[in-house]
Amino acid sequence: MKRRQFNRALAAAGVAAGLAPFGIARAQPQKLKVGVLLPRSGVQALIGQSCQKGADLAPAVIRQVLGVDVELMSADTESNADTARTRAERLIQEGANVLVGAFDSGHTAAIAQVAEQRGIPHIINIAAAPQITEQGYKFVFRNFPTAIDLTRNGLALMGEIFRATNTVPRSAVFMHVNDTFGQAMAKGVGAILPRLDFLPFKVLDTIAYDPAAKDLTVEVSKAKAANPDFLMLVCRLNDAIILRREMAKQRWNPMGIISPGSPGLYEEQYTKALGPLAEYAICNTVWFNPKSEMTRNVGAAFRKNNPRDVLDFHGTNVGYTYDAIMIAADAFKRARSTDPKALAEAIRQTNIPVANRMSLGGPIRFNPKGQVEGNLSAAIQNLKGRPTVTLPAEFAEAKVVFPEPAYKKG
Amino acid sequence: MPIDLVANVVLSGVLTGLVYGLMALGLSVIFGVVRVVNFAHGEMMTIAMYATVVLFAAFKLDPFVAMVPVAAAFFVFGYALQAAVINPFITRPEHSQFMLVLAIAIIMVNGLLMAFGPDARNLQVDYQLESFALGPILVDKARLYAAFTALAVSAGLFAFFKFARIGKAIRACADNYLGARVVGLDVKRYYAFTFGLGSACVAVAGCMMILLVDVTPALGPAYTLLAFVIVIVGGLGSMGGALLGGVLIGVSEAMAGLFITPSAKSMFSFGLLILVLLFRPQGLLGKKA
Repeated sequence: MKRRQFNRALAAAGVAAGLAPFGIARAQPQKLKVGVLLPRSGVQALIGQSCQKGADLAPAVIRQVLGVDVELMSADTESNADTARTRAERLIQEGANVLVGAFDSGHTAAIAQVAEQRGIPHIINIAAAPQITEQGYKFVFRNFPTAIDLTRNGLALMGEIFRATNTVPRSAVFMHVNDTFGQAMAKGVGAILPRLDFLPFKVLDTIAYDPAAKDLTVEVSKAKAANPDFLMLVCRLNDAIILRREMAKQRWNPMGIISPGSPGLYEEQYTKALGPLAEYAICNTVWFNPKSEMTRNVGAAFRKNNPRDVLDFHGTNVGYTYDAIMIAADAFKRARSTDPKALAEAIRQTNIPVANRMSLGGPIRFNPKGQVEGNLSAAIQNLKGRPTVTLPAEFAEAKVVFPEPAYKKG
Repeated sequence: MPIDLVANVVLSGVLTGLVYGLMALGLSVIFGVVRVVNFAHGEMMTIAMYATVVLFAAFKLDPFVAMVPVAAAFFVFGYALQAAVINPFITRPEHSQFMLVLAIAIIMVNGLLMAFGPDARNLQVDYQLESFALGPILVDKARLYAAFTALAVSAGLFAFFKFARIGKAIRACADNYLGARVVGLDVKRYYAFTFGLGSACVAVAGCMMILLVDVTPALGPAYTLLAFVIVIVGGLGSMGGALLGGVLIGVSEAMAGLFITPSAKSMFSFGLLILVLLFRPQGLLGKKA
């Protein structure tokens, strides 16, 4: 037997031996079924729907970029952790190969438990509570900074804002929502802020409030009474609108509102509902990379799908949700299988370069805990009715304005 | 704690509490006469809030003007609802009434979701973000106007039941169902009239409330619960009790937010409810059964 014939025979024998136990010849699956869980109704509906836009455009863009077919199976968590859990169960029963979601840390934690129990990979799009990737889970992956990283990046950017504007605010009041995300952020601020001696201010008061609050009169009265130079805020959307209106009613004009990293202030609804009152609010948060090739691809698909929407208002939600589905598709392409263990292993080996991700950060690589490190934040300020990147300088579209023009020293 | 801060918060609590009181007044009137507990009360207020938003968007109708057509429409709706749907259940067991009104509430919430979606809606009148300054105390204009309207509507309702012939007849039906029938009163018609009045009351409260909070379909059940807490604290069936309960809940929530933690506001009002149930189960102004 010649060497070539021997090799062919060996390969054939190997394939036959591999398939023998099953009695069938398996073909590579054609399609990856991705279960997308988002709060499309309830108190977080607006942001959930914004994330959904990123999911909806993903199959077409991914087919074009990776040549992989993705089938979306979308489910509404109704802004409720119990619903998130049951919808995750149902998606798995209906054949989802991977779960993606779910914006809210509490909902995400519930889904992560289900995914781990059922052995189905779960890729988190947006959720910052650190404990989610501290449980030793093998099937849970997150391409989003933890609250600690988010806070650290956000606070560091505050220092850059003060340097860029030659301002030295001496005091702040810290207001935060009291849900899972808000508590995690508050813990992060409490742990990190005392160590950042380059920040010139001290926190006079910390006020936690219900994200579903219908009235924030008392909270704003307390904050105003402390007479801080600026308001540090970790919020959601609806409460941010209520809070800003209440500040106007109480004629409270601090140097500004700066978030160390939360949704709300840069959302379209915030600007629509508040008009000029929305101006100058700053959020140091994760953002999309305006210069990446992937942003151009996704941006084109976004404009085609949503001709009335502006990407700036949805960039973070769309970017991180798209990236999560793209990570799943990339792993599927390499694994050549929908087997959950093979997919999880392929996700663990992910190495996506900066140019191929939409969100702002380094290459997408998971650490042993399933966490991507090196996601970046930008200082986003509402200027002329749109969220504008003002820092870091290499991505800036305009100069940061601080203090706000309406500021009057109390 | 600065005194002006406390004064600001207390005043805000009183003003909000008066609007709460008007909302609960409708519930108390309906229960006091018809003896049916309206579990769709908060949902009805939510519909009134949406109606105000729609009238503002379509005709730029100020909520204080819109409350007239909205209240009239709700009177007709309440009258028809009682006459056509609830009256047949008056003599049935309480759990049947409960299921009926709860079903109406669920239909309302889902109808609103279908019509308006889950997003929060609000309206922006010129005075929405303005306030009066009384020295260091700032009084939110919209809240003040809303509270005065709530007081005026409540006073009108008190006067109606005290002096108007129909009002007196309704009180007779409430006091003695059989006696009222014996003297020839059309009790079911008066029940329907009362449900209409209660609905108009909650409609006016909804028109005021949209100046204070954004509306979503999910808001209804929370306000139904709040209305119950208020009327139980004030005394089920007592009109004065409803207003007093509203103010007490408004102020206690505000004070809890100020002195304990804002997150504990609702907890505090439920704490008050438990205290009242323990030590004065008929409510602060309620009569013993």
